[in-house]
Amino acid sequence: MALDDRKSEFTFVGTRPNRPDGLDKVTGRAKFGADMSAPGMLHGAILRSPHAHARIVKIDTSKAEAHKDVKAVVTRADFADVPFKPGLEGEFWNVLENVMAGEKALYDGHAVAAIAATSALAARDALKLIKVKYEVLPHVTDVDKAMASDAPVIREGAADYSVPEGMHPNVVRYHESGHGDVEAGFAEADLIIEDSFVTEATHQGYIEPHACLGMLGNDGKGELWCTTQGHWIAQKTCAALLGIETSQLRVTASEIGGGFGGKTTVFIEPVALALSRKANRPVKVVMTRSEVFRATGPTSSASMDIKIGMKKDGTISAAQGVFRLQGGAFPGAPGDMTAMCAFAPYNLTNVKQVGYDVMANRPKQAAYRAPGAPMGAFAVESVIDELCKKLELDPVDVRLKNAAYEGTKASYGPRYERIGLVETLEAAKAHPHYSAPLKPGQGRGISCGFWFNHGGETSVSLSLSEDGSAQLMVGTPDIGGSRASMALMAAEVLGIPYENIRVTIADTATLGYNDVSHGSRVTYASGLATIKAAKHAVEKLCERAAASWGIPTDAVKWENGCAVPSGPNAGDFDPRPLADITAHMGSTGGPISGHFEATPEGAGVSFGTHIVDAEVDPETGKTAITRYTVIQDAGKAIHPTYVEGQYQGGAAQGIGWALNEEYIYGEDGRLQNSIFLDYRIPVASDLPMIDTVIVEVPNPGHPFGVRGVGETGIVPPLAAIANAVSHAAGVRMRQLPMSPPRILAALKDNG
Amino acid sequence: MDYHSPASFAEASALAANATGITRFLAGGTDVLVQLRSELVTPDTLIDIKKIDGVSDIISNADGSWTIGVAATGAEMSEHSELGRDWPGVVEAMDLIGSTQVQGRATLTGNLCNGSPAADSVPAMVAAGVTVTVTGPSGDREVAVEEIPTGPGKTSLSKGELVSAVHIPARGEDGGDAYLRFIPRTEMDIAVVGVGVNLRLDGDTVAEARVSLGAVAPTVLLVEDCAKAIIGSTLDDAALDALAAAASAACNPIDDKRGTIAFRTEVAGVLAKRAAKIAYARAKGEQA
Ligand SMILES: Cc1cc2nc3c(=O)[nH]c(=O)nc-3n(C[C@H](O)[C@H](O)[C@H](O)COP(=O)(O)OP(=O)(O)OC[C@H]3O[C@@H](n4cnc5c(N)ncnc54)[C@H](O)[C@@H]3O)c2cc1C
Repeated sequence: MALDDRKSEFTFVGTRPNRPDGLDKVTGRAKFGADMSAPGMLHGAILRSPHAHARIVKIDTSKAEAHKDVKAVVTRADFADVPFKPGLEGEFWNVLENVMAGEKALYDGHAVAAIAATSALAARDALKLIKVKYEVLPHVTDVDKAMASDAPVIREGAADYSVPEGMHPNVVRYHESGHGDVEAGFAEADLIIEDSFVTEATHQGYIEPHACLGMLGNDGKGELWCTTQGHWIAQKTCAALLGIETSQLRVTASEIGGGFGGKTTVFIEPVALALSRKANRPVKVVMTRSEVFRATGPTSSASMDIKIGMKKDGTISAAQGVFRLQGGAFPGAPGDMTAMCAFAPYNLTNVKQVGYDVMANRPKQAAYRAPGAPMGAFAVESVIDELCKKLELDPVDVRLKNAAYEGTKASYGPRYERIGLVETLEAAKAHPHYSAPLKPGQGRGISCGFWFNHGGETSVSLSLSEDGSAQLMVGTPDIGGSRASMALMAAEVLGIPYENIRVTIADTATLGYNDVSHGSRVTYASGLATIKAAKHAVEKLCERAAASWGIPTDAVKWENGCAVPSGPNAGDFDPRPLADITAHMGSTGGPISGHFEATPEGAGVSFGTHIVDAEVDPETGKTAITRYTVIQDAGKAIHPTYVEGQYQGGAAQGIGWALNEEYIYGEDGRLQNSIFLDYRIPVASDLPMIDTVIVEVPNPGHPFGVRGVGETGIVPPLAAIANAVSHAAGVRMRQLPMSPPRILAALKDNG
Repeated sequence: MDYHSPASFAEASALAANATGITRFLAGGTDVLVQLRSELVTPDTLIDIKKIDGVSDIISNADGSWTIGVAATGAEMSEHSELGRDWPGVVEAMDLIGSTQVQGRATLTGNLCNGSPAADSVPAMVAAGVTVTVTGPSGDREVAVEEIPTGPGKTSLSKGELVSAVHIPARGEDGGDAYLRFIPRTEMDIAVVGVGVNLRLDGDTVAEARVSLGAVAPTVLLVEDCAKAIIGSTLDDAALDALAAAASAACNPIDDKRGTIAFRTEVAGVLAKRAAKIAYARAKGEQA
């Protein structure tokens, strides 16, 4: 999107006021997904498959239906007949199949039936009255095994056009890209390293489980309250899965207790609505933690082969990677994203990348901050680190030597506009952390990371009140303090204080379609729309002032929250503050509002560089992260505290992913660690203070220069920590998580 | 589910003896209520022992020994500075359990009678030579802690029996104890390996020792070979290596989501050495 009005001097933007939702959250007044009730409400519970792969021979619900507390039972037959299509074309079918199993249960935890009863306990108990006859089938949960010729077929016909002939039917999408001639590049190299890496699936680990309250009548009109990153996608998907008109379902997003990408789709929402339609009463469904682990999220697991050639001076002469991602029993594993991001930080003459989307008997993968990118960075940046070590080169210098900059042809195709990778690397080199001495047993790792960022459909409205305050309606659920950022941007344009602006996450009936809060898009896209909507209101304020002064509108300009004559020739009038104009708006033409909607295209890609120190106990294999610094380009930090929060959060989640988090499946294909005791996310005392440096290289695609910051921060940690641990332990770690048993085993193997 | 809050151990015992189905005693409830909520164990009879007189007391006896009430919490033990001076290993083991919130409820007796092979306070109690009074339909008996657990989730207590007091022996001169566990995180986790060491010195030489291992076998182990490895030594490197080897040799662990056989076996030896060094330093009156 062309922008002629870029701003670089700010009054409100860049300050750090308290977030508007803070008090509600610390006092318990904020309403999350499970906090809503309705008169006559029933409670839903979902029966889940205990098998990794099984044909559903028969479901007998008669005993459950006869129970006095049970008001409705639903199975797949109670949902719409959505057409099946291959790959992601059939995404509605894929989601429906995940929400409620059809002919087969495809993973441990797959929903097969649901009940609405008069209490949560009654619903839970009544599940035991449903009798399901399963014919257990062979299963596969490992990505490499799922691609092997003898692997059980999850679903014939799921592969789309992109998959080359001869592949196993579990391979459902294929991606290949790059440029140059990698073979010629390898021939020029002084050193080539080829290595393989694997990562386990991890869960987004949001603290709030999925929860919703649904009401749907037989007239096809409904209401849904849910914890989600995007209520329009929930509206559209639920309508499709229930066979009703989209506009007849109004969806309101609750406060959200974390999402990280995992709440960009639906799980229980269509089920609550189907139960409600059958019982003709509102139905609330709240997942347990175990359901969250078994049936939502997680990321893909990955198996990757990397080959990189380097010259003695550190120049990368060729790079190639194969990335196999397992995304559960449905198409969608982001093998394409992994491939496209893996080498994106570097200016490469010869590069080739291949990505596979592979199905296995696991839950449908969901986005998790920069989906696919962290695994690829782990593999690629580990090999670069090893090359630096062998060639005795400084890892920051080597990355600077190869770093992409404005005009570089990206590994995935386009040419970069103005980007800030070099600036993050220079900041890393200059940071005291990078030159601080290490103690014996410690190692230091660095890594770069890249994410595309996204624009997406966006619609925002702003209305002014008589007293001069403003209401701003955005459609992107606030998952990281975005209401504060929106208010700051609106304040900047309107020239009224931050505190006088109330930002609401509007429901689906209030605004046009808004894409999900994902792709690091909210501060960028809703921010851009907020600025434009505020400008739209300012135009009207200027019109009213012009009319009152009897001068043309273009003779009025907006300055510091007041309409003023644009110059001496325009006339000599006292400035009219915003509140003075709105006080009379009823009698001077009516309400004043601003509106903007578009699909902004200038999101601006983002890069970061992380520095990590790790200490490994050589006798137990236990790792402590002793120091961590995140350096990332934010374009322009609207609210620096929340930018820092995103950086720190990415590092914290990355530490968990790198060291201890993993999905553990038994031989029987059942998930063994579906509670937080055994699925080990970091606790506060596991983390060092995470230092942050905000680099600001303005994004030419945003009026204030914003780039999204939500996702890039989780791309470098896996690699940076693996590099640090490998140096500390004296042995290269090629498998995540680097749990103590794995590190100890690697140390023993190393003698 | 029937809930009772008897006023005496005799009454509690009678209630349990006459109950049908699954019975649980409710001390801190940090195992019982969690298992109930997650539908692992839904008791038919729940007997709350916290209303019995004196159950929260921590008593220092005239002979130097200690009597700990069956509802005394981890937090109360940690706040008791004299108990901590005598038996830092036992108190620290109890203090490792859960979070601040859990510490306000959890008890030694509950940790013992839950029967987990990974229970943190149990190796420390075994090393310390702790005994418990068991009250049953036919009166009281005194039992060594290591006699209570018989397998994961199982105890030697028979129907109608419950623990009515915990006895820690007198510390005496020149003694020290320590407990260490391995977890992949820094807190809020279950021991992958736990080691309790209690010893007494004669000059610089280890005169008496008890070493106990947790999470490496179906029950907590009292390992005599570990004690033998260090008795008579000044805890020199050779003795420590022998201790580690004996600890590893005693392990009979499982491979599971929390750790591998090889890992548990190796780390049991490592922790035994580290715990022994701390106990030794404490016995010498040094800060450790
Ligand atoms: C978040 C969390 C973290 C935890 N972390 C740890 C940890 O790090 N290490 C660890 O070892 N444990 C841990 N636990 C488990 C638990 O807290 C401990 O086992 C605790 O000591 C149990 O004590 P309680 O008083 O709560 O027992 P309760 O739950 O009240 O009882 C436990 C068992 O003991 C039996 N029982 C209780 N009193 C008696 C009695 N007088 N006579 C006979 N039987 C009796 C009950 O019937 C029941 O079977 C954790 C639990 C939670 C919820």
